[in-house]
Amino acid sequence: MKVLMLGWEFPPYNSGGLGVACHGIARALTQKGVDVLFVLPKKIPVSDERIRFCFADIDSLDIRRVDTALVPYVSSDEYARRRAGLDGIYGSDLFAEVRRYAMLIGDIARKEQFDVIHAHDWLSFLAGIEAKRVSGKPLIIHVHITSFDQAGGENVDPRVFEIERAGMRDADMVVTVSEYTKQMVMRYHGIHDSKIRVVYNGIEASDAGNTVVGNTDPDFLDSYRRDGYKIVLFVGRITLQKGPDYFLRAAALVLRHHPKTLFVVAGSGDMEWRMIDLAAALGISKNVFFTGFTRGEELLRLFRSADLFVLSSVSEPFGITPLEALVNGTPVLISKQSGVSEVLSHALKVDFWDVEEMANKIVATLKYEPLARQLSSYGFEEVLQLTWSRAADACIALYRFILDSLRAKT
Amino acid sequence: MLSVCPYFHVHQPYRIKRYRVFDIGNDSAYFNDQSESDLNNKRVLAKVARKSYLPANAVLLELLEKHPEFRFAFSFSGTVLDQLETDFPDVLESFKKLVATGRVELLADTYYHSLAFFYSKPEFERQVAMHADTLLRIFGVRPRVFRNTELSYTNELARWAEENGYIGILAEGWDGVLGWRSPNFLYRPKGCRNIKMLLKNYRLSDDIAFRFGEKSWKGWPLNAPTFANWVQSHHGNGTTINLFMDYETFGEHQWEDTGIFEFLRALPAELLKHPETTFKTPSETVRAYDAAGELDVPHILTWADTERDLSAWTGNDIQKAALAELYGLERDVLRTKDASLIEAWRRLQTSDHFYYMCTKWFADGDVHKYFNPYDTPYDAYIAFMNALHDIQLRIRAAPPQSLVDRIVRAIFRIGKSAVRRLMAPFSRQVVNY
Repeated sequence: MKVLMLGWEFPPYNSGGLGVACHGIARALTQKGVDVLFVLPKKIPVSDERIRFCFADIDSLDIRRVDTALVPYVSSDEYARRRAGLDGIYGSDLFAEVRRYAMLIGDIARKEQFDVIHAHDWLSFLAGIEAKRVSGKPLIIHVHITSFDQAGGENVDPRVFEIERAGMRDADMVVTVSEYTKQMVMRYHGIHDSKIRVVYNGIEASDAGNTVVGNTDPDFLDSYRRDGYKIVLFVGRITLQKGPDYFLRAAALVLRHHPKTLFVVAGSGDMEWRMIDLAAALGISKNVFFTGFTRGEELLRLFRSADLFVLSSVSEPFGITPLEALVNGTPVLISKQSGVSEVLSHALKVDFWDVEEMANKIVATLKYEPLARQLSSYGFEEVLQLTWSRAADACIALYRFILDSLRAKT
Repeated sequence: MLSVCPYFHVHQPYRIKRYRVFDIGNDSAYFNDQSESDLNNKRVLAKVARKSYLPANAVLLELLEKHPEFRFAFSFSGTVLDQLETDFPDVLESFKKLVATGRVELLADTYYHSLAFFYSKPEFERQVAMHADTLLRIFGVRPRVFRNTELSYTNELARWAEENGYIGILAEGWDGVLGWRSPNFLYRPKGCRNIKMLLKNYRLSDDIAFRFGEKSWKGWPLNAPTFANWVQSHHGNGTTINLFMDYETFGEHQWEDTGIFEFLRALPAELLKHPETTFKTPSETVRAYDAAGELDVPHILTWADTERDLSAWTGNDIQKAALAELYGLERDVLRTKDASLIEAWRRLQTSDHFYYMCTKWFADGDVHKYFNPYDTPYDAYIAFMNALHDIQLRIRAAPPQSLVDRIVRAIFRIGKSAVRRLMAPFSRQVVNY
């Protein structure tokens, strides 16, 4: 079985969950003997001995190089700003890059041999459609996020929506990362139930844990920790979708009942300054830390030192960060408007808008030690079952299903 | 001779509303949810009464009038009686009518449907006494046969029951303790001389309580003649068929459209067709037959789950912690003598609260198998602990003991007669000691 897999980003050059998920699935597939050719739009120094990479800008016959700012989750406006900051010579916006990727894929699709095309997220959907057109092979599109999630419910970008719809329409099968996203795709994109399969994301415990030993507290937390402070952690882009404002409003309520609490916001995004202002307006600035974009060991230390991890997303197709928190022994409070809430039992759950209930649950976890202990220990056991291997099995079953049904037709 | 002993358990807890940390210290009404959810006790009881208690009572009354041989037993928790008295006196009246026939026995129980026996013997005894007082006040009867919460049972409980004058005690007829022996005889608890055990025939009981409406069951659809035949087949190798189940089986667990009420209405006549089959209440059963042998139950046996233990109530860490914290307050709560505070603390002892915190179903992915009015077990724990913390605040805020109290305490150690003589003018306060 050979899969032409189309992605946009890959660790360590990823801005969020998409790269992590692509890596997880591609690696687990190759471990199960599937031959994965992973295509990225631009040459980046990635390596995984088993996955063969292919870069559209080099490996296609077209020699025009595309220096894409590989940031899938920014709004098109922000992208334009960034591009302007970079050089202002290349493609004018994100959509031009997406179209260029689709143009370049044709040559690769012609040269290579494969059985199915598996395209991740809207950025590679046009490339997926093109690869299918050129090769005649079946197309699976994998929905990690929709324009509706990204917009946090308002001002959906119609151009993104159109690309999503085209991808889903032309695909032989649509994979969503949760039942939650499946419902969304059915409702908004009008895709029939029978064309959608849910494949939950997973986690590789060895990736997300145990590279940090000894005292794990980041230095800036040390003194607070000694003073008996508890730490509540938010990790994610500071955008409407992630609900950082709900997190801060809950924080303000928590502090009235549990003053010795620090709220750490790890991430960056277009709402960052607004959130810093909001913390000030709520009068909780001295209890809220903004660390900026955090990754690697630094992020690991944060996960380890936190007493509770909060996912306050307004709309989260899946949400891998709670799994990372649990692997590191930290209990989680997750938005009910998330896919991850479908797979975690040993987690606190809350409607993102119910700030009071969010605060209630945060305080309860900080206050009732047996609760934190059980959420952490049972949650750890549970998260070990949520592997990429499971996700890969589901993908393989889907490839077989599609190939069998195509064979039956001919 | 084969007798059938039907027994129905009637219980509703006081569920805790979504009591948040912000409510601690501001709101001491933990059980007054007014929402449309299943935490609204009045709403739940109204539904259960309409779907189950009232129609089932009507059928049973009809059966008692029609068949002079028909009899059965009820056990009521104090918490359901209390709620019926307050909000649904008409429903309570319909129960009283059944008991007034003299052919419906009432069983002894803990008032709060609690696990107190396993955590505090004195508190357990107080609750059993409260329960007996309530039965006497409402129904004018005194129970002679004991059953404990979730039919939980040990040798030790049987010894306690014997010492306290009960002639019989109920337990699960579980193969794990019976071995090759049959549940259809009476047994003598190990370490006891007089009291006898009545064992639930769980196969026949659960055919009605759990499987009746189950279309995938090979016995479906079950009708009264078939079930009567299954019972009659025990003639010659048993003396009593004990059919123990929740009363909500009728109309609530098994909905009306399964035909459960028609089944109930038809069953006594079918059973009585056999000249050697009759009905007996638990005390009549105990008086009619000798124990067939001794039964040793050193560990807690219940009628719950495939494990027949208390793991659904005490199996995980948050359950254990909550129970420990709750019973840890006993001395301080009782010392306040604040009736409403003590009552609230006792309502928190109802086993249902701990059941809602159970997470063992997650292991088999069977999350929805068991009913829970809370979204998750952790929500149940948080509401419970928040309420318990409010109780702790109230204990601390309770007025310190008066000087008189303290003197009485001191003198009490010297001797009762001295107390009586000295404290005659304050006798009202002395009575409590």
